[in-house]
Amino acid sequence: MIIDLILLSALLLAVLWTVMTVRLLRSVLGLALTSVILSVLIYRLNSPWAAVFELSVCAGLIPVFFITAVSFTRPISNTGLPAARKERSIRFWYLPFIVIGVGLLLSVYLKTPGFDLPGAVNGADVRVMLWNLRRLDLLGQLLILLAGAFGVVVLFKETKE
Amino acid sequence: MPFLLLVVLNLPFDVFKKRVAFWLTGELLLFQILASGSGYWFPWNICPDRWGIFFGFKLSPDNLSLIMLFTIGLTALVSLLTAAGTLQSEKQRFNFVNLLLIALAGMNTIVLVSDLFSLYLFVEVTALALFILIALDKGKAAIEGTFKYLILSAVAGVFMLTAIAFFLLTCGGVSFNALGAADGGNFFFKLALGLFLCGLLIKSGLVPFHGWLPDAYSSAPASVSVLLAGIVTKISGVYVLLRLYGQVFTVSASLQNTLLTLGGVSIVVGACAALTQDDFKRMLAFSSISQIGYIVLGLGCGTPLGFAGAVFHFFNHAIFKSLLFVNAASLEKQAGTTDMNRLGSFGAKMPLTGLTSLIGLLSTAGVPPLAGFWSKLVIVVALFNAGRFGWASCALLASVLTLAYFLSFERRVFFGKMEPPTAKITKTPGPIAFAEILLAALTLVGGLGFIFIIRSGVWS
Repeated sequence: MIIDLILLSALLLAVLWTVMTVRLLRSVLGLALTSVILSVLIYRLNSPWAAVFELSVCAGLIPVFFITAVSFTRPISNTGLPAARKERSIRFWYLPFIVIGVGLLLSVYLKTPGFDLPGAVNGADVRVMLWNLRRLDLLGQLLILLAGAFGVVVLFKETKE
Repeated sequence: MPFLLLVVLNLPFDVFKKRVAFWLTGELLLFQILASGSGYWFPWNICPDRWGIFFGFKLSPDNLSLIMLFTIGLTALVSLLTAAGTLQSEKQRFNFVNLLLIALAGMNTIVLVSDLFSLYLFVEVTALALFILIALDKGKAAIEGTFKYLILSAVAGVFMLTAIAFFLLTCGGVSFNALGAADGGNFFFKLALGLFLCGLLIKSGLVPFHGWLPDAYSSAPASVSVLLAGIVTKISGVYVLLRLYGQVFTVSASLQNTLLTLGGVSIVVGACAALTQDDFKRMLAFSSISQIGYIVLGLGCGTPLGFAGAVFHFFNHAIFKSLLFVNAASLEKQAGTTDMNRLGSFGAKMPLTGLTSLIGLLSTAGVPPLAGFWSKLVIVVALFNAGRFGWASCALLASVLTLAYFLSFERRVFFGKMEPPTAKITKTPGPIAFAEILLAALTLVGGLGFIFIIRSGVWS
């Protein structure tokens, strides 16, 4: 239970960081971190299939796409950074309160007698899932990482040179 | 195999020189063409038991996979030859080869898997390699084309992933067997089918999901245009449609009508848009939308003949569209422009390109006895047999439109007057000339050979 609470708190912090940060690249990293924590939570809910898909797609594949898209944009200058941070804080001042409110509401709801989260039926070990059942997908992930690396070399490193 | 070659080529300390990369990739593609053409020589045929034990995953090749592997190998080889004739620096060629191998690994796996999630993953592997390949020139138009492709691909990905989640919910798995055995009447199953279809249609570039396609095709480097138009769009979208809606799911009447409408509208809108273009690469892009419409129309028949026609036109379109894009690459290299208003009288200066493009465009328009004629004929006959007279007439009439825009292209580029005259026109580079001859010969042989196939009775 304590681990779950720590994970949920970390998840909320990661979500907040994703939305509140000014730099797009950090936002993507925040999203990936959110997905990783979410995958662990889903796994702890005894649903390794969903956890593996969440880890493969949301923590692996989607951030690569976002990073590629972000690479095509011009990063915010250091001079414009404080103003952007202030603007972001003013625009989303209510987000932390919503997060805390939802957290409190859920904790009350979870303590309701008779309430039980439905568990998934699949109980295979995540290592078995990744290595024995979805090994081909790992190859796909590897290819995506390689493509991302070539993308950085071809589009950015060589352009700078 | 492409993955292994990719690793070998990028070993540290320059174990393999960069200039060898082109040859090794060419040999790998030749092997793929020969192996898929013969239906043997693949590792899973030679040692089926050990393959499964060693790699831990099962690939499921069937006849459709072999046809696709053959088409992928051929188009990738042509793209490689075009790159040899158009990319100047060794570094650029090496980058191209690496990304081509990633795209090749992605496409080959798409046609071999029997699991929807793996299929989606490798569709994205291929798309990612193509994003970078389109932007290889780093020009403004190329970046814009990549960006549009990237955004719409991400939208397609969202549709497909949501669909996979619903399939998992309703079928308990995403393997083709689990999907085929599912209850088709379930609301979530139908919703998932619809969402997945939307994703596939964006990837295929069918009307009204075609926004990205003309920009991506026309702004990409010549060799990438060949790959994109020749095979990538078709494998990522149309092949998946063929595999799922032709073999895994039962095609319902409403789905048939949807496919027929989308196919018919794409044929007409693509052909009409191609008529109005001044840029020949954009014209070819709109022509692709129109031709993909024929494939979907064949699939929409819901009969084995319609399915066979769709697969045949898939193969033919890969060949003649690659040929036309290779010709476009040759013209662009010589003239330095893709604007048809600034071109003219190239028929006398580039006779090989003129002749092969004539073969390619006549095949696209469905003129007998070329290969394109037979595949369109099979689709039209299938439509008539299925009682879809309106769509059959639409397919026939659109062929006239196709002939119209291609004759206009031929007249303006190869027979018209050049204003102002281009000073230097050099010989077509050897690799490009070879690719032009190879593809034109295949279009001719495919057309003439089909007569013997019909006579032999194999078709029936």
